[in-house]
Amino acid sequence: MKCFYCEQTATVHLTNVEPGGVKKELHLCPACAEKMQVLKKKQLHLPAIVQTLLGAHVGPAVEELARLRCPACGIGFMEFRHQGRLGCPYDYVAFRKGLLALLERLHRRTVHRGKVPPRRPDDLERQCQVIAWRQQLSLAVQAEDFELAAQLRDSIRRLGFQQ
Amino acid sequence: MTLNDLLLRTGEWLRGVGPEADIVVSTRIRLARNLADFPFPNRASPLQRGEIETLLRDRVQQLGQSWHFTYFAVHKLPELDRQFLVERQLISREHANASGQRGVAIGETEACAIMVNEEDHLRLQVIRSGFQLDEAWQEMDRLDDALGERVCYAFSQEFGYLTACPTNVGTGMRASVLLHLPALGLTKQLEKVFRALQKMNLVVRGLYGEGTRASGDFYQISNQVTLGRSEQDILQAIRETVPAIVEYERQARRALLREMRSAIQDRIHRALGTLRSAVMMSSEETLDLLSNVRLGVTLQLIDDLSLQRVNELLLQTQPAHLQKIHGEEMESEQRNIFRARYLREQLRNIQLN
Repeated sequence: MKCFYCEQTATVHLTNVEPGGVKKELHLCPACAEKMQVLKKKQLHLPAIVQTLLGAHVGPAVEELARLRCPACGIGFMEFRHQGRLGCPYDYVAFRKGLLALLERLHRRTVHRGKVPPRRPDDLERQCQVIAWRQQLSLAVQAEDFELAAQLRDSIRRLGFQQ
Repeated sequence: MTLNDLLLRTGEWLRGVGPEADIVVSTRIRLARNLADFPFPNRASPLQRGEIETLLRDRVQQLGQSWHFTYFAVHKLPELDRQFLVERQLISREHANASGQRGVAIGETEACAIMVNEEDHLRLQVIRSGFQLDEAWQEMDRLDDALGERVCYAFSQEFGYLTACPTNVGTGMRASVLLHLPALGLTKQLEKVFRALQKMNLVVRGLYGEGTRASGDFYQISNQVTLGRSEQDILQAIRETVPAIVEYERQARRALLREMRSAIQDRIHRALGTLRSAVMMSSEETLDLLSNVRLGVTLQLIDDLSLQRVNELLLQTQPAHLQKIHGEEMESEQRNIFRARYLREQLRNIQLN
């Protein structure tokens, strides 16, 4: 088995069991294991490993990526790195640069092959806008600004994709 | 349909029929799908989660009579019912234990299920008994198209179906088979098989998550990669691999009968003997013993017991099912007593060869 990071043979095999019994595995060569210092830590913390993995893909551009924020759902790239979950479909546009390296690592390919749905969102700007309105709507309702909420509902009804 | 109706029925995947059903318990395909213009469930506000659930519940109902879906609001179900659905493989453990508005639509024969507001807005699932990959995919494809006409999925030309976790992006598809491999386990050949699978980009897991021997030698094999391979590529990898594993298992079973018939007979008879006489029985031990009994049935060392009945017992002895059968909640020790009694009754009249 090859190392997760390089082409060397993996001899260090880590298994971390999360609460709930979900097992995550990581296979490394001795050099990368040393570099990651995974063996020196007494207890492996999975978010930390995922972070290291994401960090390794991101490399030197990390500072540039750290400033990225999705204009639709508002999630920051670092927040995604921390949680391992994206905030909305538009993140694939907003974080494209950072995601490409990760997708290459995960799937060894970066372009979809296969099924295409009968309906699809053709206008990215509109998609971004509608998600942003939905976020604003939640805030408006929370703040009991019902006038703004009504306006936003109207806009979403006009431009939303689910009619 | 109510949840208690399910208790009296056999789910599609337990029927013990279909090609290679002695080894391939079931075939399952899952698709992850999201709505184009909503945040993913983990980022959605309670208001948005509610809107997503209402919208999807409505669209699933629009699918009409031919699909026969019954919808359950999972967040309103008691814990025991949620656990019951996990044991029947109709919802994930995560979906059972999550918080917030969420649901599941279940088809009449339990062959189809749709989770709403899991990690993705939609998780579609089709299960078939035995090795029925193409049949499962055709059904799944049809369900996906039917829903895809009623909602606008999050999809990009470049990355395919967009998912909350980048490990599922692309086809969003996980195709898996549940295999019963007791002979490979007994002859210590599982490691070898699993190493070969890893090279094919396939993943092995235990029945309810963990890949230990204690799980009764039930293993799930599924594809790891979802991006850059078409649905047909993914199906092909499983289609090519499973018959080879089935053949290895058959060879190992033949070798066991040939070379150590008495030892294997002893093992199976002891398993049945314990199940028919124990006073307390944990679910782990039950799984292990029923695994041996299942092997005995397929080797025709046990009469009067069908594969379907053994499959059913595997399910009915799970904690939530047991409590449903009993009609009230029970603590662990009480459950072990009831489980042993239930097994004694069910297996009383079985003949040994």
